Amino acid sequence: MGTLEHIIAEHPFCSSFAAEHCKLVAGCARNVRFEAGSYLARENDPADTFFLLRSGKVAIETSSPSGRPLVVGTLGAGDIVGASWLVPPYRWIFDARAAGPVRAIVLDATCMRAKCEADHDLGYAMMKQFVPTVVSRLQAARLQTLDMYGVA
Amino acid sequence: MTGTEDLYGFLLAKGEVPTTGAIIDLAEFARLIEVLADRGFRVLGPALRDEAIVYDDISSTADLPIGWTDRQEPGRYSLERREDDALFGYAVGPHSWKQFLLPPTETLWTARRSAGGEMAIEEPVPELVRFAFIGVRSCELHAMAVQDKVLRDGPHVDNGYALRREGNFIVAVNCGEAGGTCFCVSMETGPKADAGFDLSLTELIDGDRHRFLVETGSEEGAAVLRQLHATPATQGDRQAAGAVVARTASRMGRTLETEGLREALQSSPDHPRWDDVADRCLSCTNCTAVCPTCFCTSVEDHTDLAGETAERVRSWDSCFSLDFSHLHDGSVRSSNKSRYRQWATHKFAHWIDQFGTSGCVGCGRCLTWCPVGIDVTEEIAAIRAEPSDDKDQG
Amino acid sequence: MAFAPAPAPGSFTPSLAKVTAKRSEIGDVVTLDLETPPGSMEHARPGQFNMLYAFGVGEVAISISGNANGRLEHTIRAVGAVSQALADLEPGTSIGIRGPFGAGWPVGTQTDKNKDIVIVAGGLGLAPLRPVVRDILAHRDRYGRVFILVGSRNPEAILYDEELRDWRKRFDLEVEVTVDYAGRGWRGNVGAVTCLIGNAGFDPESSVAMVCGPEIMMRFVAGALVDAGMPDHRIHLSMERNMKCAVGLCGRCQFGPTFICKDGPVMSYDTLRPLLAIGEL
Repeated sequence: MGTLEHIIAEHPFCSSFAAEHCKLVAGCARNVRFEAGSYLARENDPADTFFLLRSGKVAIETSSPSGRPLVVGTLGAGDIVGASWLVPPYRWIFDARAAGPVRAIVLDATCMRAKCEADHDLGYAMMKQFVPTVVSRLQAARLQTLDMYGVA
Repeated sequence: MTGTEDLYGFLLAKGEVPTTGAIIDLAEFARLIEVLADRGFRVLGPALRDEAIVYDDISSTADLPIGWTDRQEPGRYSLERREDDALFGYAVGPHSWKQFLLPPTETLWTARRSAGGEMAIEEPVPELVRFAFIGVRSCELHAMAVQDKVLRDGPHVDNGYALRREGNFIVAVNCGEAGGTCFCVSMETGPKADAGFDLSLTELIDGDRHRFLVETGSEEGAAVLRQLHATPATQGDRQAAGAVVARTASRMGRTLETEGLREALQSSPDHPRWDDVADRCLSCTNCTAVCPTCFCTSVEDHTDLAGETAERVRSWDSCFSLDFSHLHDGSVRSSNKSRYRQWATHKFAHWIDQFGTSGCVGCGRCLTWCPVGIDVTEEIAAIRAEPSDDKDQG
Repeated sequence: MAFAPAPAPGSFTPSLAKVTAKRSEIGDVVTLDLETPPGSMEHARPGQFNMLYAFGVGEVAISISGNANGRLEHTIRAVGAVSQALADLEPGTSIGIRGPFGAGWPVGTQTDKNKDIVIVAGGLGLAPLRPVVRDILAHRDRYGRVFILVGSRNPEAILYDEELRDWRKRFDLEVEVTVDYAGRGWRGNVGAVTCLIGNAGFDPESSVAMVCGPEIMMRFVAGALVDAGMPDHRIHLSMERNMKCAVGLCGRCQFGPTFICKDGPVMSYDTLRPLLAIGEL
C-alpha cells in the first residue's frame, strides 16, 4: 500500500498528521472512483465511510417533498466528505453525489473508529483535523441561511 | 491671588486684559443699535419671551432683558431679577445664533417639469440680508468657528451659510455671569471673546456709572465705532474689565477634563454607562436643537398636486431620530444607547478627527434644556473614571 | 436631442441627465443608461456614486456601474419610493444627477502595479465593482493574476451573467461563481462566497482585494481574506449608510469618525476592522 500511503500523506487531510498516524489512516483506506451522477452516500445510510476528495466536484443535496433535489453545498479537490461517522448514531444526513467524475480515497469508518479508540493520540489528531473543517462549514452554512443577498 | 491687582497682573500676563480699548456709555450703546440699523443690518439680540431669554429682532435697548439674570441647572431654567440694570447679566438661553446662519428650514431648489417630461431646476435667489448680532458670547463665537469649518471651509460649501457669515456683523459681549451649566473654561472657549467679532463689549456697572469697554476686531467694527462717541479706556477701566472676566472664569458651573478625551471615548463603545444614560434619555432631540454646533439636517421633497413643480426643503434633524440612520430594512442605530453614544462620541471625540477641534464649546445648553437633566460632563466623567476593558477593539 | 442646459449648481443642486435606455437585469433590478452634461462624468472613478433624483420623489445614492464612451450606467434595485420611481422611468425622461462623489476603488495607482487582484462580489455588490473590472481589463498588463469571485442567492439571481460568462471565457481571468442554494440544473459551486477564497490561488503577499456586497458578507469575506494571509490595508470594502447630501454637510452617513460620502464609500479594512466590530455604529 506504499502508493496509497503516499497519496494520503499528500492530501491536505493528513498534512498535520504524524507519519505513524498517516500509516494508521492508510490502513483503513482504499482508492475509489465515481462516475458523474453516482452517489458517494445517501441520506440515512449508515455512515460507514468518509472520503478524501482528490479530484472532481461533489454536490451535497437533500430532497424536497416532491423529490426535487436541492444542492446545499459543493465540495472539491482537497475537501473531506462526511463527518457523521464521528457522531452517533453514525448516519449520513445528506446525499453526496458526484457532480462530475470523482476520484477519492474512501476510509472505512468502522476501522477508523476502532483505531482511534485504541490510540487516543490518533483520535486526538483526528479531532484536531475534523473540528476546524466542521466549524468552517457551519460558518459558511450560517451565511447561506442568512439569505443576505435578498436585501442588499 | 489675593486681590484685583494680582488678578490683573495674572490676566495681563495671559493676554486676557485689553491693552487698548474705548469706553462708551449706555446712551452710546443705544445708538450702536441705531447705527447698525441705519447701515442696513437686520439687528438681532437677546429679548425676553415666554420666560426665557432668546434671540430676536431688536430696535432699542428697551427690547433687551434689562436687569434680568438666569438660573440654570441640568433640566432647569428660570429667570430672576437682578439688583442692577445690566443689559447682559445672564448666560445663554435656548436659542443660539445658528437659527439665523443655518435656518431651521430652507428651500434648496425648485424643479419644474414640462408636459414633454423635460425638467428644469432652479436655485432660489439668495436673500441679501445682513445680520448684526448683538450680545454674542465667546462660546458662541467658537461655535460659529466650529460650524464654519464644517459648512464653509471644506471641499463642499453651503453657499447660503457662507453668504450669511460673510455679511455678519458681530458685537460680542464678555460674560459677566457664569451659568450654572457653563464650562467654557474647560473647553478653552471663553469667557473672554478673543477673535471672530467686529466689536466686543465688556459691561461695567459701578454704582451709577453704566459703561462698556469696547474693543475692535475688524475694519468694519472700527468704522462703526467711529460713528459713536467713545472715550479712551483708562487703566482702571481695563482692570475692571479684566476683573469681570476673571470672576466669571472662576465661577463656572461645570468642568470637563479634555486631556485624552478623544481616545477615552473612542475606546469605550461598550461602556456600561452608555446603557445607564440610555435609560434616562428620551431621545427628545432637545440637546441637538439647542446646541450651537450641531449641524445635521434632513431633506424633504414636495410636489404640487398637478405634479408640475417640486421643491427640496432642507431642515434641522438630529442623530437621535430613528430615521437618521435608516438603511434598507431598519435603522442602524435602533437602540437609545447607540444614539446617545453617537451624539456624545461625535461631539467630543470624532469631531476632532473630522474637523480638528472639539465639537463642544461648553455653553451648557444641552444640560439646561434636557428634560430629564442629563449632564454630559457628568456622564463623560463617569466613563473616564472607570475605563471599561474594551480589550479587543482596534 | 437638446435638453435644458444645466445650471452651474451649488453642491446641493442636481444637474440634468436623460435616461437613454433601460435594461431589466434580475428580479426587481434594472440598469439605466444616462446621458449626462458633456464632460461631467469624465473624471468619475470606479467605486464612486451619484445621487439620482426622480422628479418630486427624492434622491438616492447609486454606485456607478458603468462609465465608458460617454455612456453612464446605474444599476438600481427598486426597494423604496425613490428607487422604484427611478426603476419605472422610460427612456427619454429627464432625471436629476449630482456627483460623482466619494472615494473610489484603489486602482490605477502605483500601489497596485504587478499585484494580483482579488475581486469579491456578493449579490448586487457586483454593480459597483463592474467598472473596476472593466478598467482592469482595459489595462490588463499592469496587474498579475486577476480573480473574480462572485456569490449570489441562487443561479437566477446572478447579476450581469452574460458579462460574467464573457469574463469567464478569458484566459487571463479566473472567475468563480457560487450560490447559496440551487436545484440540480446548476452545475457550479454551492456554498457561501467565503468558501471560494481559500482555494482561489492568489498570492496574499502581493494582492489587493476589493469587496462589495451586504455588510455581513463583506465582514466575513474580509475575515476569510485575512485568514488566507492578506494584510488589512490591502483589503478594500465599499460601505453604505443613510445618505442625503452626499457632500459631508448633513451628518447622516457617519460611521465612527468617517463620513461614508467622502472618506468612503471605499475604505480599507485597517480603518474598518475596529469600526465593524462595534454594534449599531
